Amino acid sequence: MRDRTLWTWHLFAGVVILVFLGLHMTIMHLDGTVRVFNPAPGEPIGWDNVAARMQSWFFAVTYVVLLGAALYHGLYGFRNILLELNPGAGLRRLVNVGLSLAGLALFVFGAWVALAAPGAFARMGG
Amino acid sequence: MDTRTYPNRLGPWGWIGGGRWGFERYLYALHRLTGLGLLAYFLLHIFVTSARVFGPESWARSMARVTGPLFTWGEYLVFAAFAFHAVNGIRLALVELGFAVGRPIEPVYPYATSVGRQRPLALAMLVIAGVIAIWGGYNFLLAD
Repeated sequence: MRDRTLWTWHLFAGVVILVFLGLHMTIMHLDGTVRVFNPAPGEPIGWDNVAARMQSWFFAVTYVVLLGAALYHGLYGFRNILLELNPGAGLRRLVNVGLSLAGLALFVFGAWVALAAPGAFARMGG
Repeated sequence: MDTRTYPNRLGPWGWIGGGRWGFERYLYALHRLTGLGLLAYFLLHIFVTSARVFGPESWARSMARVTGPLFTWGEYLVFAAFAFHAVNGIRLALVELGFAVGRPIEPVYPYATSVGRQRPLALAMLVIAGVIAIWGGYNFLLAD
């Protein structure tokens, strides 16, 4: 795939991250002044609040979207930083394949966690 | 991959050295530094927060491993890095897409650069990122 296309996806992923990570940061770190998606009293990382978000398919789906966008944006950015040193073709291929496989593995694991969360909560008797 | 490459005579110094490119070039270096920090945190975050699918005890054990003043400060740094990276990212995207750089002009001596046109956007970005970082800091203080 041409680098121009990959770069365009990098920018697009940045916009997706801006929206969903912005929401995540607001929920988790601005709760003292903007209290959203934290129905129980106490900290956003308190189990009652975590459980409330776990049951929501909105969060399950948006976590998967955020996971994919953040992994792509972050690992593609990391790749560009590494490739600025102009490594040889072999090393270049190793960086490309290694980061792609690492990203894919992390996406599969993270997506499994996000999508299993609502069902796991139901099994806990929630 | 049909990437065209150019000789990089600077080596790793090229990652951070602004040289005569000035202020915006250092903002770009900081953008990369905060990006790498956020990436490192995010990769750990995927594993730490996966404990939630195994129930409240597992979640409590996982959270107990990442508590204390050091983690609180670290988390605030992540928030501040996010504020900078997000707002500076908007600036970089706007500039890359041709906004806020002024109209193209004839290259007539004395030559003008578009850096002067971009500077107000960079300063506004710093103010906005600073306000978000202070807002987050206030919330971190409230939590303590």
